[in-house]
Amino acid sequence: MATFSTNEFKQGLKVLLDGDPCSILDNEFVKPGKGQAFNRVKLRNLLNGRIWERTFKSGESLEAADVMETDMSYLFNDSEFWHFMKTDGSFEQFAADKAAIADALNWLKEEDVYVVTLYNDNPISVTPPNFVEIEVVETDPGLKGDTAQGGSKPATLASGAVVKVPLFVNIGDVLRVDTRTGEYQNRVR
Amino acid sequence: MPNDMRWRPNASLANLRLRADMLARIRCFFADCGVLEVDTPLLCQATGTDPHLEALALELAPGEWRFLQTSPEFAMKRLLAAGSGPVYQLCKAFRRDEAGQRHNPEFTMLEWYRPGFDDLRLMGEVEALVRTCLPTAMFAENTTIPQISYRKLFRQILALDAFSASDDELLACARQHADIGDMGLSRDDTLSLLMSLVIEPQLREPLFVVEFPATQAALAQIGQDNEGDAVARRFELFVGGMELANGYLELTDSAEQARRFDADNRQRQASGLTVHAADQRVLAALAHGLPDCAGVALGFDRLVMLAAGAAHIEQVISFVADNA
Repeated sequence: MATFSTNEFKQGLKVLLDGDPCSILDNEFVKPGKGQAFNRVKLRNLLNGRIWERTFKSGESLEAADVMETDMSYLFNDSEFWHFMKTDGSFEQFAADKAAIADALNWLKEEDVYVVTLYNDNPISVTPPNFVEIEVVETDPGLKGDTAQGGSKPATLASGAVVKVPLFVNIGDVLRVDTRTGEYQNRVR
Repeated sequence: MPNDMRWRPNASLANLRLRADMLARIRCFFADCGVLEVDTPLLCQATGTDPHLEALALELAPGEWRFLQTSPEFAMKRLLAAGSGPVYQLCKAFRRDEAGQRHNPEFTMLEWYRPGFDDLRLMGEVEALVRTCLPTAMFAENTTIPQISYRKLFRQILALDAFSASDDELLACARQHADIGDMGLSRDDTLSLLMSLVIEPQLREPLFVVEFPATQAALAQIGQDNEGDAVARRFELFVGGMELANGYLELTDSAEQARRFDADNRQRQASGLTVHAADQRVLAALAHGLPDCAGVALGFDRLVMLAAGAAHIEQVISFVADNA
């Protein structure tokens, strides 16, 4: 297996630390006037999402983690697993469990494309696109005339997410939503 | 050629002008005090043995290797032994695997030696030079830059005596401040970690740190502090949470110098690093007689960073390593 030394640590590099695959977020080189140099490395544990800082002696190395980020379209959920298929024409399918789907669970729509992170060929996380377009399945009727005041109300989307929307939004409308903030962007139709 | 090829300098033209102005001021400063500017080779047959410094090597001709200097120290000491009198040099130095916010593998160093000065007197001159380059507002009014001993600094910031604390106590303190996993650390490594991760960022106001542990003497003479511990006659200047200069009351004893080269090489061997033959020319110069002197190396790029208010070294270097 390939290894990477601290001076090769770059943002986005995937390494194995204490047995878990981690993504490097930041790497800072520090050295006293005379003496041992260190690297303060910020990492995200890809299994549990935890972000923390680990200090290494400069020159130490870590094993590369077999982590791949792949575009896949969402197929269906069989109550235990969420099934995805590669978009590269291979028709290869993968099943994500509840822990892996967590970040995308509120934003799933069949046939939409998600970034599935595979570790040793198993999905460990699913990242939704920054913007999704999903239909409203439940919301109170809007009060006419209040639209200019910028009032808002909750609306439930077909994916299960609850989003704050303007009062003019009705059941059946398709909304564009920013998945990073959960904020309503506009009405698509 | 692709249109998006990166070609512009890293530093702003304003910072490059500031840099040029500071080079001129430094040359003026030394001309005024009668210190001779010298120019020693970057390509050297020998390199230092410091286990924490790696030189870059290149092949002049088949099988004929040279090291790029990590500092001009040995060549300048040979000049001093030959009777040069006080000398300074503004030069490039090269260090492998050093890149980051305050490091570039190729950087500009200001180094000078003062025969007849001790470390204390040289600190005064370092302050005078730094004051000619940095805004007055960076210094406390009506007073010189304060000095603090390494021991007192650790006591103040970490409530720990760097000399008498046990290795385990030091390690426990390091673990409180950083996740270091199961990293193996020697006593000096642990001290280095605490110094650079915890203490250094807090040293905002200009401050000289003196009386380093004797194990961190490098090429400085060893004396005794008032608690009877052996300490290095070495000083470091910190400004803006950054180490700016490192100076010594220089070791002049060639036998002791040879012993330190050997000790470094034993440590290099134990760590699986290449052993470097001691520089016989500098040992011969010391044997001939190096005048009693103090010397200091100052990171010129960092001085420009402070003057420019730059957070990253790339803001003051025309083209950094990955844009060179």
